Amino acid sequence: MVKTSTILSISIGILLIIGGVWVGQNVDLLPVDASTNAPVYDELFKVLFSIGTILFVGITGLVIYSLIKFRRRPGDSGDGQPIEGNLPLEIFWTAVPAIVILFVGIYSYDIYDRMGGMQPLSNNAHNHHEMSTQQRLWGGIGSGSVSSSTPGEEEPIPIEVTAMQFAFLFHYPKGDIISGELHVPTGHPITMRMESKDVIHAFWVPEFRLKQDVIPGQPTILNFTPTKPGRYPIICAELCGPYHGGMRSTVVVEGMDEYQEWFNKNSKTVETTA
Amino acid sequence: MTIAIPPDRNDSSKSLQPKGWLKYFSFSLDHKVIGIQYLVCGFIFYLIGGGLASAIRIELTSPLSDFMARDVYNQVLTLHGTIMIFLWIVPVVNGAFGNYLIPFYVGARDMAFPRLNAVAFWLIPPAGLMLISSYFITGAAQSGWTAYPPLSISTPAAGQIIWILSVLLLGGSSIFGGINFIATIIKLRRPGLKLLQLPMYCWAMLGTSILVVLSTPVLAGTLILLSFDIVAHTGFFNPTLGGNVIVYQHLFWFYSHPAVYIMVLPAFGLVSEIIPVHCRKPLFGYITMVYSIMAIVLLGLVVWAHHMFTSGTPPWMRLFFTIATAFIAVPTGIKFFNWVATLWGGKISLNSAILFSCGFIINFVLGGITGVALAQVPFDVHVHDTYFVVAHFHYIVYGGSVFVIFSSIYHWYPKFTGKLLNEKLGQLHFLLTFIGFNLCFAPQHWLGLNGMPRRVAEYDPQFQLINQISSVGALIMAISTIPFLWNVVYSAIRGPKSGDNPWRALTPEWLTSSPPPVENWIGEAPLVTQPYGYGTHRNENEDLSSNEAGNVREQS
Ligand code: HEM
Ligand SMILES: [Cu+2]
Ligand SMILES: [Cu+2]
Repeated sequence: MVKTSTILSISIGILLIIGGVWVGQNVDLLPVDASTNAPVYDELFKVLFSIGTILFVGITGLVIYSLIKFRRRPGDSGDGQPIEGNLPLEIFWTAVPAIVILFVGIYSYDIYDRMGGMQPLSNNAHNHHEMSTQQRLWGGIGSGSVSSSTPGEEEPIPIEVTAMQFAFLFHYPKGDIISGELHVPTGHPITMRMESKDVIHAFWVPEFRLKQDVIPGQPTILNFTPTKPGRYPIICAELCGPYHGGMRSTVVVEGMDEYQEWFNKNSKTVETTA
Repeated sequence: MTIAIPPDRNDSSKSLQPKGWLKYFSFSLDHKVIGIQYLVCGFIFYLIGGGLASAIRIELTSPLSDFMARDVYNQVLTLHGTIMIFLWIVPVVNGAFGNYLIPFYVGARDMAFPRLNAVAFWLIPPAGLMLISSYFITGAAQSGWTAYPPLSISTPAAGQIIWILSVLLLGGSSIFGGINFIATIIKLRRPGLKLLQLPMYCWAMLGTSILVVLSTPVLAGTLILLSFDIVAHTGFFNPTLGGNVIVYQHLFWFYSHPAVYIMVLPAFGLVSEIIPVHCRKPLFGYITMVYSIMAIVLLGLVVWAHHMFTSGTPPWMRLFFTIATAFIAVPTGIKFFNWVATLWGGKISLNSAILFSCGFIINFVLGGITGVALAQVPFDVHVHDTYFVVAHFHYIVYGGSVFVIFSSIYHWYPKFTGKLLNEKLGQLHFLLTFIGFNLCFAPQHWLGLNGMPRRVAEYDPQFQLINQISSVGALIMAISTIPFLWNVVYSAIRGPKSGDNPWRALTPEWLTSSPPPVENWIGEAPLVTQPYGYGTHRNENEDLSSNEAGNVREQS
């Protein structure tokens, strides 16, 4: 008797884990991935989804099973067994979540590092003359200077972002272009310095899996490398007033040639090497 | 040291109290009357907040901002959040049940400071009325319940100032309550009753009150500085005057993350009282439950910056707050496993109280899982400030705290009134609430992941269908209050008598008549050292209670 029930519960546990991992691997809840950041994010999402599914289905299953199995039968007014605790069991369900949390923490640290979150803030990539040295820079994910990481890599394109109620403005210092739409070439690193003119806004591109607040008085930095051509929404994600919901723009990710064409057409300076 | 209170304190003001239903409209010093005042007052605000929620869900059935003006939408949103947190959940899980139950649990005749207690309650209705009337007079605040500057400085000042004043009053009420609970639990215990013999709700309220007393003053100070920025044009948080907007966020969340535990720890305590009674089993792992509560209190104070991962916080800070936040899941997890272990092998009465408690477990586990995910910086940068977060915290505050409030009403209604609620209507209420709730909030996870930010009145048309499904869920939730309201009102008038102890419970509040007499017990308070002694020491407790006024009556 005891044996069959242990075998049964172990096999249910294994099935649950396999099922959870399968669901996590096959779930498709995210929009397309269009930056180097996004596939890394999706990896983390899958792992978290698997763990979450296993825990949720497991605990929900236990609750529903208990409610059915241990429901009071009519006419029975007795008490249940007076079990007040079970030390090994309690140690077990302290240790398991602790290990899971530790694993998730270390894993997401790794993900964070791969996204460039742990690189020291550096502003090499920006035009020095524009910034007073005292001004503190705040970083978003991927805020480490892209150029300093691997020598020989392409020089990132600097863009200055200004947010205001209720629009984003993109300034390309190289060609002195001011645009309401963000144009970026595929596969090329971008480094954005963002500041708000009035209240806090946030720059969010769901397809890039990136978000960074745009703050008045404190410039923030966001670096990314787009990977898939297309037009993606830029969404303001911080309540900024009555038209917050309408504060949107578009990022156009295009091939280098198309980007150059757009750049040359709008550039106010003659020299145009991006 | 513990003080036993003599049966009659000869308090002359008590005899001046009105009798009958009028006493609920008076400056009553009776902790039970104050508890009911908190509950009913909170429920009225809940209905108002729910009306505002319906307005939000109606606006969101179409992608255009077409149901109300955009600034009105933001006002409605701000009022909804503020009312639900500060006028419904916090006062009810703390004030209502805390006042009603804690004196019974410690074997006292009232709270430590009955007058302070009445003051704490009577701050709430004026604060709430002020907040709501601001909508009609000057226009309500429109910068969200978080009131981040500089938006809160640049939106119309009158509404924002009224918002600050009423939150200050409510915070004051909460601090008075917290001090009172700590004093009552530590100092008013009946002689012979040890701390580790107290029902779990006392521990939950002790932990919560510590959080209240430590963190609410920080919110008060912050809001006072904010009000200076608004009316006196100081520059604490105003960047055009050299202020720092991020400092506000740190100060605000130093209170408001603990605030989420102020909303949920008491709920944990209430569930710990309800489940053992209806399973006829002792609460599993009492000591680990106590340690978990205290661990949650400690950790809860050092996780606030997980609300600021996209604010430009430095990498080390993000890392620290990720780890601290994720580790809260460990003590929280222990509590959930202990409840499931309490259910296991019990004789569970499948009534409305236990259904709402189990609904709470299921909903909260989902909210906790998304919480641990949100604590991971790389995960959060995508979904922060989106509908994913809206889904997360509604699974916690509605699926968690509100479900527990309903469970508690089903459980303690016979205590409050001496009447039984209709079980069929209760189960209908549960079914509608559970389905409506999940239909409303589960799809919002997807909305957030796919690009819908929160606090918007207009959105990308691709999200319309899912938003409409969510609104249908909200409609079902609205309908679910009808059987509930009918049930509590009708049963109070026509309901069958419940007897003193319809659940055959062992916790002290049931060992007296239902509803209890003014000073809780005729004669001395019983000494209950085994509040969860189901299946073991029943005889002891039954002997004890039969010596007292309240006989344990068996009910079919
Ligand atoms: C396992 C435990 C929990 C974890 C790890 C957790 C984590 C988080 C995180 C990281 C956020 C920020 C998300 C963002 O804005 O990007 C958040 C938001 C929130 N959480 Fe939790 N949470 C937990 C439990 C709770 C509890 C117990 C409550 C309340 C009773 C709660 C209520 C909220 C609320 C209200 C917000 C939204 C605040 C706002 O921005 O308006 N959470 N949670
Ligand atoms: Cu905005
Ligand atoms: Cu928090």
